[in-house]
Amino acid sequence: MISSYASGLLADTGIAFIAALSVHLVLAVGQLSLGNAAFMACGAYVASVLTVEHGVPVHAAIAAGAVVSGLLGVLVGFPALRLRGIYLAMATLGFGEMTRSFFLTLDATGGAAGYSGMQRLSLGAIWAWALPLLVLVLLAERSRLWLAMNAVRDDETAARLVGLDAVALKLGAFGVAAALAGVAGGLFAHWHIFIEPSAFALERSTEMVLAVVLGGSTVALGPLFGAAALVLAPEALRFIADWRLAAFGGLLIAILLVRPQGIIDRRLIQALKP
Amino acid sequence: MLLQQLVNGLTLGAVYTLVALGFSLVMGVLGVLNLAVAELFMLGGYVGLSLILADYPVAVAIAGAALVTAVLGVVVEKVAYQPLRNAPPIAPLLSTLGFSVIFQTAATNIWGSDPLLMPPDLLDARYRVGSVSVGQAQLLVMATAVVLVAALALLMRHTRFGYGLRAIAENRDVARLLGVPAPLVTSGAFALSGALAGVAGVQIGLHYSAITPYVGVEVGLKAIAVMVVGGTTNIWGVLLAGPLLGVLEVMTVALGGAAFRDMTVYGLMILTLLVRPQGLLGRAGGAQRV
Repeated sequence: MISSYASGLLADTGIAFIAALSVHLVLAVGQLSLGNAAFMACGAYVASVLTVEHGVPVHAAIAAGAVVSGLLGVLVGFPALRLRGIYLAMATLGFGEMTRSFFLTLDATGGAAGYSGMQRLSLGAIWAWALPLLVLVLLAERSRLWLAMNAVRDDETAARLVGLDAVALKLGAFGVAAALAGVAGGLFAHWHIFIEPSAFALERSTEMVLAVVLGGSTVALGPLFGAAALVLAPEALRFIADWRLAAFGGLLIAILLVRPQGIIDRRLIQALKP
Repeated sequence: MLLQQLVNGLTLGAVYTLVALGFSLVMGVLGVLNLAVAELFMLGGYVGLSLILADYPVAVAIAGAALVTAVLGVVVEKVAYQPLRNAPPIAPLLSTLGFSVIFQTAATNIWGSDPLLMPPDLLDARYRVGSVSVGQAQLLVMATAVVLVAALALLMRHTRFGYGLRAIAENRDVARLLGVPAPLVTSGAFALSGALAGVAGVQIGLHYSAITPYVGVEVGLKAIAVMVVGGTTNIWGVLLAGPLLGVLEVMTVALGGAAFRDMTVYGLMILTLLVRPQGLLGRAGGAQRV
């Protein structure tokens, strides 16, 4: 048996990994989102209300939360098509803060006081979502679809000229990414068995982006490594107590300077193969 | 009552204007969103308030805060921007986020997470104009903002530094060929951006009579919305958008409740990005920003 401390860290890693996959997906079509915590919040609240008030089985509720988040993602994706780069980042940041405010004002789910009453999931249940999703994304990365997505990221005009439907690819990526964030939210809600709007603030969104950027945005193993690093590094830095978050900020800057493509990339994977 | 809210909104707007100019100096010239500006704003508040609590005059406190945040602004530039100048723009965005984390942790450790309170008798005189009461602190906040914006406009229009900045904004390489000392001017932009945010931090301390480590996220980041609504290429646009969003926010709180304030401010930002990406007063088609 593993201690509850270790299983807590492992569960947080799994949830952070699924959340990071959502950013990984939108980055694959060249979009940066600083608001994916909003989709996580949507998934968390929908799934929680379904299990607590309607007695829906927990995994079905999480799936339903993911579907609702995904639809919201497509809705948000339409206007987002007009924006790129930093401007999309700022717009999604605003969307994230607006969603947080929305749940703050929503009395039906407790507003600022938060929402509880969920049944706790096991650690295994979290990784039963995370591992298949990892395999799925790894398989997707070998497909033509992924090539098409990267083509849109590298040069949208050229991608359109060779007949790729850039609009559909971007909308699809945004929607699926939102659904993934929704899954992460549902799992988060049923692991911590308490949710409040401030759990899905800007910090959460930036954490997802950091996991991908630190770990590496070229293969799905990057976000996995990044998520683990994000959850474990502050623990490993516990010996410097109050300053550990600062050290973490410094580490982030250092990695961006030394290895801007992230720690894990395809060359590293090749080099590690026997 | 409504008129009283207007005064409060204009004070908040003055603070927004200065922080937004801090964001837009770097964004408009170098195309980089320096997220650390929001935390420099918070640090400026702490430095200023600490000086005030040590019995220095308010003017010294403002100058001290500006100096500290200007130096830190250059540190951010040297470490988080310069080495990543040719990387995609999200790289410096994330490295400045790293600095935000560092600054926020440092402030929490140095000053604690409880609010730092201003001496209650400082600038507490109030003037009555009809039914409206204006605090001395509010007047000072608005006056500093107006003076600084005017000074910045003159600086951009009539000095070699201003010419240099605008030349780099157009084209860095050509500017260098024409003899603009690009590294120096870039550092100047970061220093100035930090100083503006620092002064705004002292202002928010005077306005709220307190400062917390979270004021950067709660107030400072909203200045991004002000910058977008005003337009990144135009000082006067920001001067219009700052008071506009400040008043709008205060009115929303007064009429609809505090929970809706962020929705109005960020909602207006998203609307601007979608229908008028160049901002209220920006030039149409000015650079490929969208």
